[in-house]
Amino acid sequence: MTNVKDQDKPTELPTGRVRAAAYMSWITTPLLCAVLIAVWSIYVAKSGISAFVLPAPGAVLRAWIDMLQSGRAWNDVLATVYATLAGFFWAVLAGIGLGVPIARVRWLEQTLNPFIIASQVLPKVALAPLFIVWFGFGITSKVLIAAILAFFPILTNTVLGVKSIDQGHRDVMISLNATRWQVFSRLELKSALPYIITGMEIGIVLALIGAIVSEYIGGDYGLGHLLISRMNAFETDGLFAVMIHMAVLGFIFYFGISALRRWLTPWHDSAR
Amino acid sequence: MTAAISLEAVDKWYGTRDKPVHALETTDLVVRQGEFVVLLGPSGCGKTTLLRMIGGLITPSHGRLRIMGRDLWNGDVRQSSAVSDLGMVFQDANLFPWLTIEDNIALPLELKNMPRQARLEQARRLTGLVGISGFEKRWPRELSGGMRQRAAIARALSYDPAILLMDEPFGALDAITRDQMNIELQRLWLETERTIVLVTHSIAEAVFLADRIVLLSPRPGRIDRIVDVKLPRPRALDVQTSPEFQDIVRDLRHRLEEIS
Repeated sequence: MTNVKDQDKPTELPTGRVRAAAYMSWITTPLLCAVLIAVWSIYVAKSGISAFVLPAPGAVLRAWIDMLQSGRAWNDVLATVYATLAGFFWAVLAGIGLGVPIARVRWLEQTLNPFIIASQVLPKVALAPLFIVWFGFGITSKVLIAAILAFFPILTNTVLGVKSIDQGHRDVMISLNATRWQVFSRLELKSALPYIITGMEIGIVLALIGAIVSEYIGGDYGLGHLLISRMNAFETDGLFAVMIHMAVLGFIFYFGISALRRWLTPWHDSAR
Repeated sequence: MTAAISLEAVDKWYGTRDKPVHALETTDLVVRQGEFVVLLGPSGCGKTTLLRMIGGLITPSHGRLRIMGRDLWNGDVRQSSAVSDLGMVFQDANLFPWLTIEDNIALPLELKNMPRQARLEQARRLTGLVGISGFEKRWPRELSGGMRQRAAIARALSYDPAILLMDEPFGALDAITRDQMNIELQRLWLETERTIVLVTHSIAEAVFLADRIVLLSPRPGRIDRIVDVKLPRPRALDVQTSPEFQDIVRDLRHRLEEIS
């Protein structure tokens, strides 16, 4: 065949204006943060509100720097990170491992669906006290809560992803006489990956929540425990400092998954 | 010479035991090697069913289906020796969005465990043949509909099948691109001396491309008649204004109105 003619050329890629819009947030976000901190600072200074209720931004910053310099606080960070990541790891394994067969086998889905829905509507943090009774105040109960919270979004997104596979793509694999394993590894897994990563994005944040909540009620380490002890000591500036720590962790985890998305599915619209 | 495709008393039933639908009546058809056959008919005539059966995507209810003399089905098992003689092109390009154009074209070779270097070489050769050189590293989403369909044709040709099966391959393209693709498909067919079976509902496209047109009628689907097109090759778009071309088109249109 001869080469393509003009009317059949591909569409143009994003131009300068679109890219500029993408970088806008690098300016607007810090600007908005500065405005918020200024308003907070002025409000604390003018209203004479008690530092137990709302400490000044400066006091929070000092408390946060103190925390960054304290070895004890870093151990708490590590404990929370470990519980979150370990829980998340098991959730990914179980979510994909169960999601693929559920999406493929109709009777399996119909059998398990009532249980999946039932456990979806149950507020799963309510299980935390039970797990502490069963597994004690150690790390196991924290990992479990983190895993259970992260599990469901990963499962449901995996099921959705495998079910959304284009029949035309399946036809291609059939016409090429592909084996079952080839269909799974070259089509189903790849096609479902953007969905699975969406589930992971939600799951990693929920895993962090699970770890923190279980630290509230059991054990004597972790950021959740640190937060509660700051509250009991009426150190509101320290409370804010722990919250900043948690938020930073959440951001790091979330952006880690986003990086994973760009790395694993650069072809998909969601990675653009 | 063995027939490229032979159907003996093949038919297809769809649906349940209580409400069966006869998608294709008992059909005999022989496609010779190197022939360009077009299946033409209104919707519901079973032309796509017929093509998908030849491609091994659906099983015939009865009858015997042979590709290059070899049985396509042995019981419920598709015979890989017969399937490897078939290349399929669908109405949608159906490229995998997670593979670059060259990896899409080389996918059939990857499934056959050809080393990466060798299969990418083959893919590069084919992008030249179908006219999309320079787009090897692009994602499918970056290509226009016509270019994606060219890549799909290259993928079907990658393992050098004797027979190309095409299910309304240019149905989703605009009229200008479609005319151009038809000319190039004819050139590709003349260059590679393959057997092509193509499904369309466009009478002009059928007459332009075909050696033989198999006209199918609906409810139940069956072969109404087979029309020889003896216009000289290669055909240019101008052939469409010739009296011979228009006579065949007119006859087919009248018959289609009667059977639809």
